[in-house]
Amino acid sequence: MTADVALPAAVILPVIGAGVSLVAAPSRAAQRVITAVTLALVLANAIWLFAEVRGSGIQVSNMGGWPAPVGITLVADTLAAAMLVVSAAMLMIVALYTVGSDSGDDASAAFHPVFLLLAAGISASFVTGDLFNLYVAFEVMLISSYVLLTMQGTKSQVHAGMTYVVISLIASVLLVIGIGWVYAATGTVNMADVSLAMPGVEPALRSGLGVFFLLVFGIKAGLFPLFFWLPDAYPTAPAPITAVFAGLLTKVGVYTIIRSQTLLFPHEGAWPLLLVLAGITMIIGALGAIAQDDMRRILSFQSVSHVGFMLMGLGLFTVFGLAATIFYVINHIVVNTALFLLAGRVEQLTGSATLRDTGGLMHRYPWLASGYGIAALSLAGIPPLAGFAAKLGLIQAAAVEHSWLIMATALIASLLAIYVITKIWAGVFWGVDPHPERDRDAGRWPLTAAATAVAVAGCLAITVAAGPVYRVAKDAAGELIHTGPESPYVEAVMP
Amino acid sequence: MISLTLVILVGALFGIGVSLILRRSLTRIVIGLGLIGHAVNLLLLSTGGRAGDPPIVHDDGHVEHLADPVPQALALTAIVIGFGVSAFLLALAYRRWTITHDDEVENDLEDRRIALMAREGRLADEHEIRRTPDNNDGEGLVR
Repeated sequence: MTADVALPAAVILPVIGAGVSLVAAPSRAAQRVITAVTLALVLANAIWLFAEVRGSGIQVSNMGGWPAPVGITLVADTLAAAMLVVSAAMLMIVALYTVGSDSGDDASAAFHPVFLLLAAGISASFVTGDLFNLYVAFEVMLISSYVLLTMQGTKSQVHAGMTYVVISLIASVLLVIGIGWVYAATGTVNMADVSLAMPGVEPALRSGLGVFFLLVFGIKAGLFPLFFWLPDAYPTAPAPITAVFAGLLTKVGVYTIIRSQTLLFPHEGAWPLLLVLAGITMIIGALGAIAQDDMRRILSFQSVSHVGFMLMGLGLFTVFGLAATIFYVINHIVVNTALFLLAGRVEQLTGSATLRDTGGLMHRYPWLASGYGIAALSLAGIPPLAGFAAKLGLIQAAAVEHSWLIMATALIASLLAIYVITKIWAGVFWGVDPHPERDRDAGRWPLTAAATAVAVAGCLAITVAAGPVYRVAKDAAGELIHTGPESPYVEAVMP
Repeated sequence: MISLTLVILVGALFGIGVSLILRRSLTRIVIGLGLIGHAVNLLLLSTGGRAGDPPIVHDDGHVEHLADPVPQALALTAIVIGFGVSAFLLALAYRRWTITHDDEVENDLEDRRIALMAREGRLADEHEIRRTPDNNDGEGLVR
């Protein structure tokens, strides 16, 4: 197997799986097997690709044999390969979670094909080396997410779906405008080629385009002040879908911000605008979470807050900052997916995930409570969990640059994060059950519980393997920090 | 050279589209998004050079005015995607109409509940909040 097979396979495998799944629509059992097999293949392929990138450097594949910048290029550097592995693993866990539950999340014949198309869109967003192709990958991902969000067609879903679709569409339109402008300025849409042509573009235009792309991808990532749609839209979807959205889709936005701002619009030294926005995002997200009462809404606001942390490392534009950001992204994908799956479990077991209607779950479901404890403490950044290593990395990177203000903001936001997870803990797991008469054992599904446990185990795995993961993040940051012709990414794509 | 007509057209389409998107009525939002989609396609097209030039090289290899084929390919892709998304949006609007029999975008109830809670310093219950049918521009919620 070579990169010419593995890179397109990351995108094509789930598309083929979706097609086969459509044919197998009459049988839900067959569809479930197809989803599991496809995602297992995608995961194996991603791991192979990651090993190859680690062993022999950045992997490039030119579609149709046309060399860059003429053809569409697929590229896997350390960052993209790592994201592929983590996202494939998370999609696998969420698929098992959905299949194991009888809550009817995959009752529609369209669920499995669309879920696989979502996987294809996410993979394509990570590996594409072409701006316009990135737009297409985004659309594949977003249209799948529209369908998954509104699948049951309930009133609240259609309501939230409408907002989500309109906002996402506006972001997509802006992305196309941005691509049009980049093409007008540089005459190419191949990212490596744009990176080479950018120094020749007028500085004012260049920084304008940089801010414009930050705006476009910031909508997707949930950056202040563009996050308002997120806490409304995400919690209305079925629990596993919310886990994918909050765990992966916002991170795709963060990934594209990292990619575009390092490769296309590199900055000399820290970027104050991004640091300010990141700081406000952290605080506003955490404050929003404090006001909420529904577990999934709290966690959605909390995800917004953490996007701020991720972009803080990018805003510093140092190897340390970028490495901490990448470590943070990888850790947060796993932790956030685990937390949303746990929230889904709470809802399945008790029929509600609001703090008002639940309480005392610790006595009845000690394993669920300990799972939440582990994931939540990692989210808040309590040592020795991986979230602590991630936050420590960011704080250190800020300290090295003497960026005291953003450092203080991050510390305050971390404190608020502890308050937020304690609020859930006190409301849901501690205290007395307000409705003891309810049937609590409706949702004891072994496979779903196992999938949740695997997600929590993933949080622990990153904690144990924090050293190697951090090395990967640092190598990825080392590839990103070089710009122009010295960039390893550009060298690999256009030798 | 960029054609002035095209630029004015793009600007007008954007303006009308944005003003439609800002309405509460869903059908107008859909139409607004469609218009903005057209504006973007024209913008893409305008980056490809003068209108009317052939995008391919002539038989005898003679190249004088050559339109850039890349923006046309990009616009074509964008049109296809826009078509699919518009269809989905219309389906969603129809679904909404079958549920609520209007096509207005409402305020977020949970959000309003939290706001009410904050104002009064206590927990508000769902039955305390209902949406008045004729109050669309203000708070959207009354006690």
